[in-house]
Amino acid sequence: MKHETIETNAGWLIVLTLIVISIGGLVEIVPLYLIDDTVEEVKVAGKETVRPYTPLELRGRDLYLREGCYTCHSQMVRPFRDEALRYGHYSLAAESKFDHPFQWGSKRTGPDLARVGDKYSNEWHVQHLIAPRSVVPESIMPNYPWLLENKLDYKDVGDRMRALKIVGVPYTETEAEYQANVERFGEEVAKKLDINSAADNLVAQANQGNYDGNPRVVSEMDAMVAYLQVLGTMVDFNQFEDGHFVKFR
Amino acid sequence: MAHSTAQATEQYNYDIVRKFTIMTIVWGVLGMFAGLYIASELAWPFLNFDIPEITFGRLRPVHTTLVIFGFGGSALFATSYYVVQRTCQVRLYNDGLANLTFWGWQASIVLAAISYVMGYTQAREYAEMVWPIDILIAVTWVAYFWIYVQTLRRRSQPHIYVANWFFIAFILATALLHIFNNMAVPVSMFSLESYSLHAGVQDAMTQWWYGHNAVGFFLTAAFLGMMYYFVPKQAGRPVYSYRLSIIHFWALIFLYMWVGTHHLHWTAIPDWTSTLAATFSILLLMPSWGGMINGIMTLSGAWDKLRTDPIIRFLIVALSFYGMSTFEGPLMSLKSVNALSHYTDWTIGHVHSGALGWVAMITFGSLYHLIPRLWETKMYSEKLIYLHFWLATIGIVLYITAMWVAGIGQGLLLRAFDEYGNLAYTFVESVAFLHQPYVFRALGGAFFVVGIVLMAFNTYMTIRKGNRERAELDAKLAAKMAKA
Repeated sequence: MKHETIETNAGWLIVLTLIVISIGGLVEIVPLYLIDDTVEEVKVAGKETVRPYTPLELRGRDLYLREGCYTCHSQMVRPFRDEALRYGHYSLAAESKFDHPFQWGSKRTGPDLARVGDKYSNEWHVQHLIAPRSVVPESIMPNYPWLLENKLDYKDVGDRMRALKIVGVPYTETEAEYQANVERFGEEVAKKLDINSAADNLVAQANQGNYDGNPRVVSEMDAMVAYLQVLGTMVDFNQFEDGHFVKFR
Repeated sequence: MAHSTAQATEQYNYDIVRKFTIMTIVWGVLGMFAGLYIASELAWPFLNFDIPEITFGRLRPVHTTLVIFGFGGSALFATSYYVVQRTCQVRLYNDGLANLTFWGWQASIVLAAISYVMGYTQAREYAEMVWPIDILIAVTWVAYFWIYVQTLRRRSQPHIYVANWFFIAFILATALLHIFNNMAVPVSMFSLESYSLHAGVQDAMTQWWYGHNAVGFFLTAAFLGMMYYFVPKQAGRPVYSYRLSIIHFWALIFLYMWVGTHHLHWTAIPDWTSTLAATFSILLLMPSWGGMINGIMTLSGAWDKLRTDPIIRFLIVALSFYGMSTFEGPLMSLKSVNALSHYTDWTIGHVHSGALGWVAMITFGSLYHLIPRLWETKMYSEKLIYLHFWLATIGIVLYITAMWVAGIGQGLLLRAFDEYGNLAYTFVESVAFLHQPYVFRALGGAFFVVGIVLMAFNTYMTIRKGNRERAELDAKLAAKMAKA
């Protein structure tokens, strides 16, 4: 076919262009759904340790998205020596397999947060979120005082979990689904993933964890700190031999 | 003259081009000002003022949306509608549908900006719009495609001019990317929030397949379409090589779609995708430079115009920045370079040498060519065009130099070890280092903003002049008719 045929025929131009621009995406995206090794299995004593977020953590994650934290913080530790020293073990694909959307980020104006969980106390996080420069003088992060002032809105947390269930996150509504989760994650975790008791679980975790220092009110701060404190804590690398995860890269 | 005016407006739909042209400048001023503001927040964090609506995290998507989709998008609608009519020598298909694309597009931008500051976002870079806005965009886009195809079909020229190939590829690719990247399940029918259909690795892959091709097709292929019309027109010379335009068109649109994963080097994405993307990124240098060479060499035999024509300066400097940033891109896509550059301001600098140097400069040049023709007069001030050119050029150079210093500097600080093998610097020490480059970056941005404000003023005065001249002409004509 001469190129002139394409230049004089809009139909040919459109069809051929569509074919040419489809190939790259098909080759790179589709296999990621088909190749099992893409997301590695992380099991300890027969149970998966990477679990979906609890209702409170989920609401915290929603707030993390709302405030655009991803514009300055990544959640993806790369396999380099400096990052290992600074943040810890490099991130596994499995660690974000319940993240809709992913929050790997593209810019570190602030440090990576993939493993920030359990590194600082709740009190530190609250103080740092309200006024970052009061604990890190050189910081250029904005203050987020409203997180402590705003009560957490959790009336639609069940709807949120149902939407996530549709896209594949194993939150449960029926007894059979619940039993499957007990099998997969253990009973303690399975309870927290049940949509029917989502609001109760949320309040209970906020009261027990007392993340914001005020046990009477469930604030946005409770949710945000609960989320930050769970980041990167679901895989206990001491349970695996050195280099166990390298074969999946 | 008045007669020819009437004929021109009948023959072509310039009204829609005028509307999009004005909005290009409006969004340019607002979007670039938003950029200057968030750049200043990074240099002087008190500017966040503890007001949720204007904190960096919420304002940053306002900046990117207004400049990419508001400024860039409106410029592409304006020029593609102009170019398709001129090169097909036929009036744009269906005025009503064309107006729908105007209002649909503008409404999407306004609603997106309002929703971001209120905290409604999909948290996907450059695709932050919540799902109802995504649907509005999709509808607008289908109308755009339909208008374009129907206009092409009605052309009175046998050949479809090369600029239109690029515009068609841009329209098709943007539709494909927009639909697949925004698949999500809303929290409920009445909730603005939704959760992405994909998760983790697959979500990252889809997002950067989208993200990089928003650059590749929205900000490159389409602007090459703009270049292929306005550079030869302004230079008064035919396109340098017809054969080169064929080869680099097909190579460019094929290769671009492979390279998105270079945004995910060293992450949990499987290594094979990352290697493929790096390979194709290197290959992409060739068609990119093919386009640059074809554009710059179009000026051969007319180089003297660089001295006398400020519009040619805009166009040629744009092509030079295009060449530079499409060299820098493949360099940064090498895994070893990326290990240092990724997550730093080098990326921000690279994006802006493309966005300011290429996209904005080619737009400014094209609009300065277009505006006098749309309002049938001369530009109000040629001096102001020169001034704009210098402000913009100096602004870009300041901006990208500051970001090279910031990015490479921070990358080196973070990987430095002391003699005992411990980290030499804490993270926050690298943040403190960024302050000075951030101040210079904001200064560069300020230059650029002043430039486009001058353009807005120049355009406003030109439109007023055009309208006045037209009224005078109509009055004269009426007087003549009365006499006769």
